[in-house]
Parts: sequence; structure tokens; C-alpha cells
Amino acid sequence: MTSENHVETTVVDGVHYHQYDIVIVGAGGAGMRAAIEAGPGAKTAVISKLYPTRSHTGAAQGGMAAALANVEEDSWEWHTFDTIKGGDYLVDQDAAEILAKEAIDAVIDLENMGLPFNRTPDGKIDQRRFGGHTRDHGKAPVRRACYAADRTGHMILQTLFQNCVKLGIEFYNEYYALDLVMTEVDAGDGTTSQKPSGVVAYELATGELHVFQAKAVIFATGGFGKIYKTTSNAHTLTGDGVGIIWRKGLPLEDMEFFQFHPTGLAGLGILLTEGARGEGAILRNASGERFMERYAPTIKDLAPRDIVARCMVQEVAEGRGAGPDKDYVLLDCTHLGAEVLETKLPDITEFARTYLGVDPVYEPVPVMPTAHYAMGGIPTNVNAEVLSDNTTVVPGLYAAGECACVSVHGSNRLGTNSLLDINVFGKRAGRNAVEYVNSGVDFTPLPDDPAAGVRGMLEVLRDSNGTERIAAIRKELQDEMDKGAQVFRTSESLDHVAEVIAGLRDRYRNIAVQDKGKRFNTDLLEAVELGFLLDLAEVVVASARNREESRGGHMRDDFPNRDDEKFMQHTMAYLSGDAHSSVASDHIRLDWKPVTITRYQPMERKY
Amino acid sequence: MTTATLQTTSTDAATTSFTVTFLIRRFDPEVDAEPRWQDFDVEMYATDRVLDALHKIKWEQDGSLTFRRSCAHGICGSDAMRINGRNRLACKTLIKDLDITKPIYVEAIKGLPLEKDLVVDMEPFFASYREVQPFLQASSAPSAGKERVQSVAERARFDDTTKCILCAACTSSCPVFWTDGQYFGPAAIVNAHRFIFDSRDEEAKVRLDILNDKEGVWRCRTTFNCTDACPRGIEVTKAIAEVKQAILRGTP
Repeated sequence: MTSENHVETTVVDGVHYHQYDIVIVGAGGAGMRAAIEAGPGAKTAVISKLYPTRSHTGAAQGGMAAALANVEEDSWEWHTFDTIKGGDYLVDQDAAEILAKEAIDAVIDLENMGLPFNRTPDGKIDQRRFGGHTRDHGKAPVRRACYAADRTGHMILQTLFQNCVKLGIEFYNEYYALDLVMTEVDAGDGTTSQKPSGVVAYELATGELHVFQAKAVIFATGGFGKIYKTTSNAHTLTGDGVGIIWRKGLPLEDMEFFQFHPTGLAGLGILLTEGARGEGAILRNASGERFMERYAPTIKDLAPRDIVARCMVQEVAEGRGAGPDKDYVLLDCTHLGAEVLETKLPDITEFARTYLGVDPVYEPVPVMPTAHYAMGGIPTNVNAEVLSDNTTVVPGLYAAGECACVSVHGSNRLGTNSLLDINVFGKRAGRNAVEYVNSGVDFTPLPDDPAAGVRGMLEVLRDSNGTERIAAIRKELQDEMDKGAQVFRTSESLDHVAEVIAGLRDRYRNIAVQDKGKRFNTDLLEAVELGFLLDLAEVVVASARNREESRGGHMRDDFPNRDDEKFMQHTMAYLSGDAHSSVASDHIRLDWKPVTITRYQPMERKY
Repeated sequence: MTTATLQTTSTDAATTSFTVTFLIRRFDPEVDAEPRWQDFDVEMYATDRVLDALHKIKWEQDGSLTFRRSCAHGICGSDAMRINGRNRLACKTLIKDLDITKPIYVEAIKGLPLEKDLVVDMEPFFASYREVQPFLQASSAPSAGKERVQSVAERARFDDTTKCILCAACTSSCPVFWTDGQYFGPAAIVNAHRFIFDSRDEEAKVRLDILNDKEGVWRCRTTFNCTDACPRGIEVTKAIAEVKQAILRGTP
């Protein structure tokens, strides 16, 4: 289903061909922010596996950081420092400076587009505290998060969609991008190189294939939290975009760094914003102790997420968990009062009531860490250009948002920096793509039958007489990732998960797709998505196994300290060798990339 | 078909599972001339959601069962459907809140073209949304690099209608929308309201004119189905009434 009358397409052998200057894959915050920048300057299409307003940007709650200094003194330089320290010094500092500096315009842009931020008594955008954001390099928490109740992501997603409607952006809704088309071109020096020439997508409504030829392609496909069982991520966050890039032989960066958000509803993983703690909520163990005081004496419950998540798991491991099975801790909001909860935190109040039957006004809420955000992803430079190694740009290919790794988050992202990331780097991706397509470049010719690979993959899956259930393989993957590659990891736990994944990859070859139809075949697509999940989980585990230190979101029980001498570098994973082998070492090559340091030398990370 | 047999393994409600029968209205456009009802028995816990039941059916019994879903906690708006005759989000409807001594009926929302099983064509719904110009229109530029000023009270004026997730539960619960495919429907009016009453917007008049059309707000018969259906708790009927009053006044 498409939302506009699209231009005529040609159909060859059942495949629809379209031509756009710029094709954006993904219609969440980063994709739509890019579209708003690209649409007026070049012929642009946005392809989404969902309707745009279903994208998971809408689930973000607490806020978007920017040093507006509307309610107290603040500076973008402090924000830069907090981002770098929060990321345990694995952040590329030039990128963090851009993020913090351009944050201010990014928030103002959204307000000018119509976003209904909460307001201060004098009518300015209101701001609140959030984990890891501090005044003057760690002295005390600072009010930096611009917010709209606990629906900031919803408001951003709606506002961006509204502005796409205003600009008449062309959307292809419920089109699943399944391949990036690369064409071998003469590099001019006697050698050849691969250049992106388009995207292949599967139309859910009809089961037909579409080739979108483009001069520039922007990936804004979000994360892949569904490699884990307990996650705040949507069912649709299966990492298709990151998986496509991987299968093209392009590298993935820092995949071992996955963020576990401290406050997921216990047993469910549904997100409760850190903004609750920003408003004063407190984490307590079974005896009611405010345990974060012991671990982070200065900023306590507002320590960054990696630290808080670890402390929670440790409290439970040491027998201080609450509940009949002592397997969670408590988020105490009771002292905030009904009015603060109803006006500033209404959605999470409702989530606790609906899903756990717990009323945060009167009772503390059971919480445990939930897989939330991939710090790693498709490596880009600060212009959102995708890299094919540590430095080489792939011309015409861009990535932004959670699928990308700039790297502004390093080994641990600060809360409110992701809504910022999608706006700053989504905008940069759109703007740079327009400049690129208007710089005199031509369409790169498509190879013969560009949809052949996707058609083959789908036929094998649909026609398979396999016996393995998609859901059974996926469940085992997710269970094992939760057990072996979650908040705490060891070489033993990771080796075990790697073995499990190898077995699952074998079983995947014998998968059963029951729905043999063409129209709205979500069964077939779940099989495709599972293939991406298996690929990405394998890279996460291999990268985690290789990093024998603890840093940010990657905590190795067997290597509990940060080791700057050996590991102050980004992991770069490449697909090479036998892609179909179930043994990871047959096809994953790991390399390193230096971290960009501008003004902050690594220090011990204490809060 | 069975109904609600308790399998007593524990007295704790959270760890006691039940067999619940679901009657699902199926339609495969490549095979069926007409929709048909099919029953499935599913093991459920009291705190499970209807979406969990649909997943259990799809993942363990019949992979061809087709429905939309994404976030699974009521903010993406993908899984609006009719559950026991009422429009709800499957991910916000818990088993404990349904009468499981009887089968639970699940079917697609009404008034939009049925595509397959629980999936409808959402395009007419979004077309109405686009018609009301759902975006801020303000010619006065704020001073460079600054936000437009808006008081707390001005911001509160349209707070309720900013919550809309475009799930279509309201519009597809409206009897007028079922019989008159041209009616804008509650969701489009809610999204017009969100801008009509935003102090920063300057084109309220244009939207009020659009909604003064014969297929606009005056089609509303205040049956309150929309308000009952809204999973975000928006007072939809009230918002429509406020737009009607603004049209009569000629100004928000």
C-alpha cells in the first residue's frame, strides 16, 4: 500500500522498477528527518516495513538532550564531555562535539515544526534531569532533557510524519527492503569497485518485488533488539538493514556493545523511562535500601544506564532482589505524588497499571534491565557516509540512527542522546545525500536482474518442506542470548551461545514456512527476519568474545577492568570466507579501528 | 471446542494457565470468497494479552494467521482489532479482563477494506488524516535559533489530542463511518483539533472550513463509540464537540 500516487513504474518479469534520486530505507525518526531534508532538494522515496507512525521512535519516552540552558546553566561542551565519559571513552570525540553542538538547533527545528514540548512557566521548552548528564564535568545532575511528558519519541515521530505529509514526501509503506543492489564499476585506475545502485524491496500486500534505482541510498532501519528475549524493542526490530549491509560484505562496528535499560517492567521488558528517576524516583532492593548510593555516591540513581543495570543485576545475584523469587528490584515513585506521575509520567504510570497491575502512585514497580539499544552498527563518518573499512567512504551510501555507528555513543549511550542522534545525523544524511545527487552524478546502472538474489532467497524459504518452526529457533536464540550475552558475559558463556547459534543456523536451513500465499505473507517475512537475527547475533557474540576487557555496556566477568592499552579501539567485523557455514570463525573476520580523541584523555569513570 | 478449563498447577494466578478458546474471523483473499470463523484453543495465563494468543496461534498452530503488530505495548497503533465486538488494541487487552468462560471473538476492524484475516487497508484512513492538513502552519518566523513561546496553559489546551497514535480504533468503531465511507471520521478530526487549538498555528480557519463540509464534523451523531474505543484515553467525542463549537463561533 502506498500513500501517494506514485509515478509510473515499469514491470519486467514481474519485478517493478522505480527510479528516485534518493531512496531512504526506514521511516522512523532518522529516516523521516532525512526525508524532510532530502525531499525538497531531490526526488525522494521512503521505504518502510511498517506505516511510518508505527516506527519504534514512537516508543521513546523521556526526552532529547540539548544544552538550551532554559532552566539552569548548561553548555554544549559539558554535554560533549558527558557523552564521551558516558560512552566510557570509546566515543569518537569529533562526532560527540557535533552531536552536542547541533543538538540545540535540532530541538529548535522540531519545535518550529510543531512539536508540543512541555513548557516552563515563562513559555520556553522545559528541561529535566537524565542519567549521566551533568553540570561542569560531573559535579551534579543538570536539566538538559527537552521533553513532552513521557511521550517525547511519540511526539517526534508524529511531528516528523506531519511535516513529511506537509512536504508531500512519497512513502512506500509495508515494503520490506531485503537487499542493497551494488554494481561493479570501473574505478578509472584499471581496478573495479562496488557502487550502490538501488534497493530491492518486497511488497507485503502483493508479495511482488520492487527495485528502486537510486543515486543515493540512506539506511535508517533502526536496531535489532529482538536478538534478545527480554527487550524494550518492537517485534519488528529484527535488524534487517544492518543485516543487509553485513551480507554485502561491508563491515559492522562495535557490535558487542548493547545497552540494557535498567528499568524494564519485570518479566516483560516494557520500558519505563529513566525520566522517572530524572523526576526523583529511586531504585530500591528488597530491604528498601537505595542501593545506588553505594555504587555511584555523587549522582546515585542518575548514573548512566550500563552502571545502573549492572548494579541491579548484582543486587539480585547477591540475594537482595525483591519479590517471591527475589529476581527483581523496585522503582519507587510513590513519593513523587499523583500529580507528577499523571502530568509528567502518564504513560509509564499506565503501563505499570495495565501490565503488572501495580499502581506507581501507591506501590513501587518491579523492574529489571531490558535489552534496549545497539550502540554498534553500520560504520559511518560524521557526514553519515557509510565506510567500507576504517576510512574509505562508499559513495552514495548513508546511514543514520540506531542502525549506524558514528560513533557518538561509544560503549554506552546516554539516555536522551538517541532521539538527538536521529535528528542530528538524520538531517546530515539527508542534506549530504542531496548535495551528492545534485553534484552531477548519474544513476549507476543496475546489474542484470538485480532482484535475483532476493527472489532466490524467498523461493527457497517459501518452497521449503522443512520441519523446523521459525518461532522455536527464534525463541532458543533469544533465551540463550539473554543467558549468555546479556549484562554480564564470560568467555564461557559466550562460547556456549556461539555454539547454540551455530546449531540454530544449521536448523534454519530446514525451516518451515506454512503460509504459501502471495498476499500479506507475514509468515514468510518472519522467516527472513529470523535469518537476519541469526546473522547479527553471531556478530554480536563474536565481537564480545574478542573484547577481553570490560567497558561501558560490555561487562566481562572474566576481564572486569577496562584495558585502554589493548582495547581503546572500535571493533570492526567483516563477513569473509564461507558465509553459509554455521561456524562463525569460518566467515567473521575481526579488526580494529582507532578512536578519535580531540580534547578529553581517557580517565577512570566514576560518578 | 473447549472453554476455560482450569489446569490447577498452583494457586497463584500468575502461574496458573487456562485453555482459552478464540474464534477468529479468517479471510484469505487468494482462497476464500467470504470470511469464515475458525476456532483455536490456546494455553494462556491471566496476565497474557490477546496479542500473545495471536502469536501463540501463529507460532505454534497456524503460521498463516495474519495480523499487524509492532511495539506490543500500546504506542505504535498497529494492532487495533475487534475483540468481543469492541475495538481495542490486542496488546493492551489482557486475558484477565475478558470472560474466558466463553470463546473470545477476534475480527478485523470494520469500515475499511478487508485484506487478509485481521489486516485491513489503512489507506482510506490515512487519506482522511492528510485532508485535514495535520501539520503546524505558522508564517511568523520565531526569532532565529529560538523556540516559539507557548504558555503552560496554551500547551495544555490541546494536550489530549496530541496523544493519538493513528490506530483507527475510533474511526472504525463509528457507525456513521461504517455506513458513509466519505465521513472524515473521528481520528482525522482529533488530528485537526490538535492544530486548531495550538496557539502557535495560524490556519485554524482553513481546517474549520474543511470540517464544516458535509462529510465533516456534522456527520457525528455523538454515539461515544470513539471515546470508548480510544486506547489512549482521548476524549474523542469531546474533541469533536469542541471543533463543532469552533465552527459555529468561527474561531477556536
